[in-house]
Amino acid sequence: MSWTTLAHAFPILLAQAQIFAAPSGAEYMRILPELVLSVFGMIIMVVDPLLDEKRSHKSLGAIGIIGALAALASTYWMAQNPGSAFWNMVRVDGFSIFFHVLVIAIAVVAILSSYEYMAVQRIRAGEYYGLILFGTVGMCLMSSAVELVLIFIALEISSISTYILAGFRRREASSSESSLKYFLLGSFATAFFLYGVAMMFGATGSTNIDAISNALRSGGTPALAYVAMALMFIGLGFKVASAPFHIWTPDVYEGAPAPIVGLMSTGPKAAAFAVLLRVMFEINAPGRFWVIWVSAALSMTLGNVGALVQDNIKRLLAYSSIAHAGYVLVAFAAQPELGTSAVMFYTAAYAAMNVGAFAVVSHFANAGEKYLTLEDYAGLGRRSPMLAATLTFFLMSLIGIPITGGFFGKFYIFSAALKSNLIGLTVIGLVNSAVGAYYYLRVIVSMYMSEPRREVPVMPTPPAMGFAIGLCALATLYLGVLPGRVLDYATQSASQLLHGITVSGSLINYSNNPER
Amino acid sequence: MAIPLSAYLILSGILFTCGVLGFLIKRNIITIFMSIELMLNGVNLSFVAFAAQWHSLSGQIFVFFVMVVAAAEAAVGLAIIIAVYRTRETLNVDQVNLLKL
Repeated sequence: MSWTTLAHAFPILLAQAQIFAAPSGAEYMRILPELVLSVFGMIIMVVDPLLDEKRSHKSLGAIGIIGALAALASTYWMAQNPGSAFWNMVRVDGFSIFFHVLVIAIAVVAILSSYEYMAVQRIRAGEYYGLILFGTVGMCLMSSAVELVLIFIALEISSISTYILAGFRRREASSSESSLKYFLLGSFATAFFLYGVAMMFGATGSTNIDAISNALRSGGTPALAYVAMALMFIGLGFKVASAPFHIWTPDVYEGAPAPIVGLMSTGPKAAAFAVLLRVMFEINAPGRFWVIWVSAALSMTLGNVGALVQDNIKRLLAYSSIAHAGYVLVAFAAQPELGTSAVMFYTAAYAAMNVGAFAVVSHFANAGEKYLTLEDYAGLGRRSPMLAATLTFFLMSLIGIPITGGFFGKFYIFSAALKSNLIGLTVIGLVNSAVGAYYYLRVIVSMYMSEPRREVPVMPTPPAMGFAIGLCALATLYLGVLPGRVLDYATQSASQLLHGITVSGSLINYSNNPER
Repeated sequence: MAIPLSAYLILSGILFTCGVLGFLIKRNIITIFMSIELMLNGVNLSFVAFAAQWHSLSGQIFVFFVMVVAAAEAAVGLAIIIAVYRTRETLNVDQVNLLKL
């Protein structure tokens, strides 16, 4: 065996030697939120059959909320133990903490907004809340995984849970149809992602993101790596609903229960963006620029143009979510240092406003989700002034009007793009924002300026739903008025993500790093 | 005689492409679902081939995970297909068209 092969094999041998050491307590702390969520999810599954069917959803929902809040609290202990765990499969850094807090907060609000919804729709709760928690486990793991095996499993945990959740209005044919479409196209995309992983393994001999990045940096870029990146982008592009992989979005969002749409249009999307950030920037993916450029431009244009002709508010928001995926992708085409923090801020702002908007929609939709067209929203400004006002606020944020989180989100993305000399993409994005304003304003105009054509009952807002909507509105306002703290945190963790790897060539171990 | 790596990769590519074509052309939901499984198996073959080439076990271990996840997906997928059949009484994707595409 020559010296070069020996030198090549040495880090691998070292890594294999670690296998025999049992994981320490600190390593378990690094996946504490996931552990807490799984335990509470399992408690729900076990308790469910013991409960009286009629009252079960209240108590199960309470367990769900307690579990999600406990997980949110446990991110504090996770943050106390930065570093990698389980043989360099999981890494806790500022980046993963950010996405953990975001995703778990989304789950809390989704559970809160489902709390009364389930009774109104007469859905047997059962495993519903458990599935939300399990899905959240997957999304959390996606943000902290640095190993493609774990990324794949986490992606599937979150996807399979959302496939089931999409079909939860079982009596409605549209719901099971939405679930079927989501499932078929989702597994189709997963197969592409997996093929990309196989190609990346073939090109570099490893499935660890650090090792892949080192192999590509030192050994040049084989053609296989380009194929691998393209295939992985197809898989992840589907999960974030970016064009040309967006076809499923309107159908799935229309049929799925509204609070779940709020969850799945933000949670798995944020997690998939986290994976994309790691894959694109930490690996420093070869040949990514034009792929992302085209996909961003297409998503923005197709999303906004598609939304113009929609009459169903869920479909309208679905097309708008395609457009917003496009805005986020603009930041991916920018320089990594500028783009990463803009992506992180935008996913947070988008989560706040979109979950809020879908919470309001799910309340207005009423039993059987009957009232979803724009005509049904006519005159709501008078009949339910508070809710109409908050929906208007969320829609203004989606347009990107100042004092809302959406404004700063767009601002940071487009300024990152301009600083990276992406003039063309910025122009396309700004033109699209103007087009987008039209269809959001259509909803607002319908609420305040048109007369209702048919009788649409408006129920008083139940407490948990009101609380959820209030939380979203507060978060949107906070990000719109005082974006500094969140942005600072995002910038810090972005530089950690990007420089933690480039400075110290080989496998890094944060816990041994004296700076931390 | 040793079979070269490229032979495995070409076969895996053919399997994957068959799966993609089946997904796009077939009209029966169960057949579409089987096409997805075919794609996953094509991927598995290239994992194993690359694992042999790199003398690394991690590719083979990946295959185990893929099989486990495929089984979980099959369980959920068939349940969803049954739910669709109960409401629509058909397994033809062209007739499952309540939501316009």
